[in-house]
Formats: sequence, structure tokens, C-alpha cells
Amino acid sequence: MSVEPAVMASRSAVAQPVRQGGVRINDVVKIYGAKDTGLLAVDHCTFEVPPGEITVCVGPSGCGKTTLLNAIAGFHSITSGSIYLDDEMLCGPGKLKAQPGPDRIVVFQNGALFPWKTNIENVTFGPIMQGVMPRAEADDKARAMMADAGLRGIEHNYPGEISSGVRRRVEIVRALMNNPKILLLDEPYRALDSLTKSVMHEALLEIFYKNRVSIFFITHDLEEAIFLGHKVVIMTTRPCRPKKILDIDIPHPRDYSVLTTKRFREFMEETVAAVHEEAIKAFAAGEKER
Amino acid sequence: MTETSPVQVLTTEVPRAIAVDSGAGASLALAKYRLSLWLKSPRPYLMLIGFAGFLGFWYLSVEVWKLPRFSQMPGPTEVLHEWFSKDPTYGLSIFIPEYYMHIWVSTRRIAIAFFLATVIGVPFGLFLGWSERFKQFVFPVFEFLRPVPPLAWVPLAIVMFRGSETPVIFLTFLASFYATALNTMLGVESIDVSYVRAANCLGATRWQVFRHVIVPGAMPFIFTGLQISVGVAWFSLVAGEMVSGQYGLGYVINTSYTMVRYPTIIIGMATLGLVGYVTSAAVRLVGDYLMQWRTRELALGGDR
Amino acid sequence: MVAAARAISGKLTGFVAGDDFWRGVVAIAAFLIFWEAGSRSHAWFGFSFPWVSQVPAPTAVLQAMFRLVQEPSFWNSTFLSTLRVFEGFFAAMLIGIPLGLAMAVSRTFFGISFPVFEVLRPIPPLAWVPASIIFWPTQELSIAFVTFLGAFFTIVINVIGGARAIDVRYFQAARSMGSSTWDIFRRIILPGTLPSIVVGATVGVGITWAVVVAAEMISGGGSAGSMGGAAGGGLGFFIWNSYVGGSYTQIVAGMISIGIAGYASSAALRKIGNLMTPWLSEN
Repeated sequence: MSVEPAVMASRSAVAQPVRQGGVRINDVVKIYGAKDTGLLAVDHCTFEVPPGEITVCVGPSGCGKTTLLNAIAGFHSITSGSIYLDDEMLCGPGKLKAQPGPDRIVVFQNGALFPWKTNIENVTFGPIMQGVMPRAEADDKARAMMADAGLRGIEHNYPGEISSGVRRRVEIVRALMNNPKILLLDEPYRALDSLTKSVMHEALLEIFYKNRVSIFFITHDLEEAIFLGHKVVIMTTRPCRPKKILDIDIPHPRDYSVLTTKRFREFMEETVAAVHEEAIKAFAAGEKER
Repeated sequence: MTETSPVQVLTTEVPRAIAVDSGAGASLALAKYRLSLWLKSPRPYLMLIGFAGFLGFWYLSVEVWKLPRFSQMPGPTEVLHEWFSKDPTYGLSIFIPEYYMHIWVSTRRIAIAFFLATVIGVPFGLFLGWSERFKQFVFPVFEFLRPVPPLAWVPLAIVMFRGSETPVIFLTFLASFYATALNTMLGVESIDVSYVRAANCLGATRWQVFRHVIVPGAMPFIFTGLQISVGVAWFSLVAGEMVSGQYGLGYVINTSYTMVRYPTIIIGMATLGLVGYVTSAAVRLVGDYLMQWRTRELALGGDR
Repeated sequence: MVAAARAISGKLTGFVAGDDFWRGVVAIAAFLIFWEAGSRSHAWFGFSFPWVSQVPAPTAVLQAMFRLVQEPSFWNSTFLSTLRVFEGFFAAMLIGIPLGLAMAVSRTFFGISFPVFEVLRPIPPLAWVPASIIFWPTQELSIAFVTFLGAFFTIVINVIGGARAIDVRYFQAARSMGSSTWDIFRRIILPGTLPSIVVGATVGVGITWAVVVAAEMISGGGSAGSMGGAAGGGLGFFIWNSYVGGSYTQIVAGMISIGIAGYASSAALRKIGNLMTPWLSEN
């Protein structure tokens, strides 16, 4: 894993090889509704998101991946089990719902840039709300980070005025402004066409190499998962539980030429059957597309 | 909605390049461009045909053919002559100060009622939408009172508030208040939960979420509500002025009837329509100004 | 608008079944107690609450209502008002729906008629009362006309909006399957507009009640009353008459009756609307 030294220096605050932002999911169960009659969404789920790596969670739509992500982010409670961020218990016995906070920032499926704030106001939202930075300093930092991510010139536009691909990048910059320990990405590229998607994947990797922030990424697109992930967790359909965990040993930094390599094809072949099987189960169960 | 519906396209299509530019010069250019587009479209000419047809029918049926029933109505030339006469037969025209006094009295009542309804209704609606607990206890009472139309409050309002001014303002307020509060509440409930969650993630406190997410997020609905609110305010005001009250356009219409000044009735109605239109246009302009993010998004045809 | 109205109706049905129901009961009970205390404040506390003390207490109103429901004249008034509401309302539907559809379908017709429509729309319906009395030969017809106006504009606007909001792909799909223009009108535009017609009708009937009540008051009780006569009763006339006669409990009883009647009309229309648009109901 090579990281350009120049980039390291410019991002010194974030980019030090601190090994933090690991999440441990420990025997988590989530039942919606009453314990005996409710809907079992997550069933004794255990796996780990290693610090400083990209972990991708693949499964059919509506399988319960998002439930897991919401539990980490603190939007939902869990029924039993525990989730740790490094050594801190986010939720577990006695505290079933985590507190949302800027150490774990979610990038949403349909995007959640505030349409009533300009892009730069969106990016500076976190530090200003938390009161950790005066506005001028936040503006400077935001401008620098946006320029760094190739987003110069749109600072004072509204999110509604830029393309959806660019919006996702702004949203990721908004998250990174807070030096999060982990980014939680909930199918962020779902609504994009495949060409835009490929650009977004490379941009995400670039951001990752610069910032070394842990990433937990949810998708139903297997190719996307293998291309991005250090580790791919294939989920069963509802109730959701890891079916297969793969370490993707394709060396980083990656670019789109990886897709045509033999190793990539091998991973695809190894997993496609497992994913397809779950997709058929999900289809038969009649899960509604969200 | 960038596709063209075969049913209707109402709004003039604005090319992207022009819409993106902002600033005074660009907006003037945009206005000019829109005007030239509008003049090239068939719309202004159809509009002329429409008005000519309407006024022509009114003129012919009342003043030329003198159809039964129609002949009792004041005709358009009679009304126009009266309206713009320096020495009106029935005492009210644009040259008479009393005319402006009636307009002023009605507008003042609307302004007071609308202001109160907005200042009370918007926060009330915001809290209804924001706090589950508040809604559970307060909304039933609101819904319990709401089926009674504000106009049915007329006699009770006269009993409750002494004088002739307060009852009229109260009725107008009541109608506005329901529209504003209800739409504001729906606006808060329409906010995508992702926005609230995103703000929580970014470390916003509950109050900050309210201030930076709930209020601006509900803004489009609030302004829809305020537009409706001005409309129903005039609606109630006229009823109030016709039943009780002195001065005001509703009063003009009613007394002109009892005193058989028929052209003045039409002058009153037309003035009401005009002033009503101006007030709701003003609310729309304020809304557009406060929600530039939305106007600019819509001008681009928003791809969401 | 469609979504909003549906959200409200959905919420109400869920509301009665849920836990919220009891909180609502508590809230309304508290409100009634406050009202009772407010109107009897002079007797109970020795000082008068502002405004509320002028309103008759709910218990007194209840007694008045008990008395009223036994009187045939009260039911006659209710019947008259309801009749007027539905006369005006059906006339508005009958004229408003075809007009709105025609405006939505034909660009030329829209261009000609919509500006005139928009110029007339800001004039509040009640401002038409005197003109209407002059024009129509009977009192009944003039009230019906004003009522008609109340619902008419709302219905037309909703029909145009609904027809315009129909997804373009439906037309393309129908065309590619060989539909004629008439088929498209009959099988896509008409059902596609139905939900907004329902919304327009539900809103419209509410306005109609307000207009009828006010028109009855104005023509029966206001200064125009001397010319128009007693407008043949109706609930609006009833509350105005109660005011003139000084029986304040009857005013509130009449208001409550109007509220119930208005609510029932809207609920009935919503029910009919749901039956006519089964594809919109969830699950």
C-alpha cells in the first residue's frame, strides 16, 4: 500500500498511519416490533471492519445491511449483541442505541446534502455546529479540501445546481471535514449510471488513499464491492448474517484496469454464485425494492 | 421534469446557460429573453382573444342585446366609465379619496390578521411537526375546532370581541391560521429523515437541527401555506366586512347593493380581485427570495 | 396536494386505533374543562377571563343541543343548508371537471380561457353575493350560484394540475400500443386525473360549507337582509338569528352542527374517492 508522501504531508492531521476506526460487530440481533412476533432483520451477525481499510458489505436489497449500518451510526437500536468502535462500546447490553456523532459519518443512499445550503455551507456544517472551528477557519479548510477533491468553483452553488455525481463527492468532503474515524456509505452510488459510477469509485479510492479513513460500504453491486474492498462480506438475505467473508488481495492503489485482471475475475467467479443464490431467495420472499 | 408533456407545457422553458448565471445584469437579460419568448409564443394572443371574448360577451349581453336578467347588471362601459370618472355618479372612483380609504382599511385588516397568523401559526406548525408529544396533545384540539368554518364564527366573534374591528380581524386571522399551521406541520413531516440524520451525524444538537434542518426544510410548504393563507384571509375578510364592520371593500360591495349603486358593486369586486392578487404575488416574491436554492434548482429543471 | 391530503386521511384512520387516541381524548377533555371554567369564570372565580367568558359553557351548549335536536325546524335548517351545499357542489363538479379537462388537453383553449379564469379567481366568492342576488331571479338560485363559485375554482385548478402531472411515459406506452386520442383521454387522462379530482372535491366541499353559511348570514342577516328576505332558513341563518335573538348557546350549538355536517360531507367524499381510486390504497 503506497501512499504518496506529498499527500501525506498536506493531510498530516488525518493521514498519519493511526490505526483507528475499526468496528467490531458482535453477535448483533435486530428484531423490528415485538420480540417473538416481530420481523427478524439481523440474525446473530458477527464480523469486523478493520481500521484503515475498506470493508464492503454485499447483499440483496432489503436484506438488513442498512439496519446494521443504522445501528453503527446510532439511528436505530439493536435487540441484543454489541458494537464497538475501537475500544469504545457504541451500543450493547444496557445501551441498545448508539449516540450519533461526528466520529462515524453516514453518506446516504439518496444523498443528504442540505439543498437549502450552498455547497460550502454544507461542507462547513459539521465543524460550525460542533463549535470546534471559527467560520473563517472552517471556510478556508473547506475550500482547500474541496479544491483537493476537484470541486473548485462550485462552492457557492446550491446542491440542486450540480450533477448527482458531484453531489456525492461534496457529501464525502462534508464528512471528511470532521476527521471521522469511519465513513459509513449506504449504497451511495446506487442512483448513478455505471459510467459515472466508475469515475466515482476511483475518486473514492483517491480520497481513501489520501485520508486513510476506515470505510464501511454497503452495496448490492458485487463488482463494486470487489473493486473497492479490502474485505468483502457477503450477506444472506433477511435475516441478515455473513454468508461468506473474502479478503481481496488485489494490491492497492487500484484503478479501473483491475477489473480486467485474472485475479479480479477469480473473485467474481468465487462469489457470484453465492450472491445470486441470496438474490433468488430475496426475490422469492418478495422483498419490495425500496 | 425535463420532458415535455403532451398535455400541457405552461412554463416557458429556460435554457440552462442563462439560468445558471446570477446577478442583476443576468436577471435583466433573463427577463428580456423570457419576454421575447413569450411574445413569440401564441400565448399573449390567445389571452387577448380570451379577454376580448369575456368583455365582449358582457358588453353585448348587457348593453346591446339587453338579454333578460343580464340587462339588470351593470355593463362594462358603465363600470369603466364610473371607475375612471372624475365625478362618479355613485360616489366611488379612482379619483375619490374614499376609494383608497376602503382599500387601506381592508388591506390593514388583512395585514394585521396575516401577520398574527404567520407569527403564531408557523411556530405552532413547526412544533406540531417536530415534537411527537406536542402533536399528540395539541393536534386533536386543533382538529376538533377546525371543521367549523371560520365564517361560522361571525356571530360568536361579535359576541366575544366588543367593537366592530376586532371581530373582523379575528375571523380573518382564524382562517389564515388554520392554513398556515396545517401546511407548516405537513412541511415538517415531509422532510426526508436523512437530512435530520445527516445533521445528527455531523454533531448538530437538537436545537441546531431545528434551526438548520427543520425550518429551512419546511420552508417550501410554509410558503404554500402562506399563499393559501392570504387567499382565505380575503375570503373571510369580505364575509366579515359584509356582515359587520364599517369601511372596507366588503362593506362597499354590500352597501352599494342596498343603496342600489350597482356599478360600484363591480368596482368593489374588481378592486378586491386586484388587491388580493397583489398581496398573494407579494407573498410569492418573498418566498422566492427566501428560497433561492429552490428557484435556482427549479430553473435547472432539477434532475432529482 | 394529493400526497398531503392522503397523508392526512391516512393519519386520521391510524389515529383512532392507536395509542394517540387516548392522549387526544385527554387533550380534548382538558380543552373542554378550560372552556367550561373560562365561561363560568365570573361565577366560579369572581373575575372574568378575557374573551372566553363571553362564550357559553360547553354544558350549556350541550343542553341547547339536546333541545334543538328535538325541534323539526332545526332539522329543516340542516337539510336546507346541506341541500344548498350539494346543489352548488354538484354544479361545480359538473361544469368544473369538463372545463378543467378541456383546459388541460387543448393548449389553445387553455391559452384563451385560463387568463380570464385567473383574473376572476382572486375575487372571493362572497363578494359575488350582491351581484348574484341582482342577476338570479330567486334567492335560492343566487345562494346556489355563490356556493357553486366557491367549489368551482378549486375543482378546476385541481383537475388541470392533476391532468398535467400525469407521467409522460403513460402516453408513450399507450401510443406505442396503438391507442387513439380518445382512448388516451378516456383510459389515461380521466383515471389519471381522478385522484386530484377527489382532492379538489374534498377541499371544495369544505369551502362550499363555509360559503353557504356565510351567504345565508349575509342574505338573511346582514344589512342586505332587508332586501333579500329571510333566505328561507339554513344553519347560517339559524346562527345569525340566534345572535340577533341573544341566545348565545344556540350560536355555538349551530356552529357545532355546521362543523359536524361539514366534517361528515368531507369524510363521505373521501370515502367515495377512495372507492373510486382503489389503486392508490396501500397494500
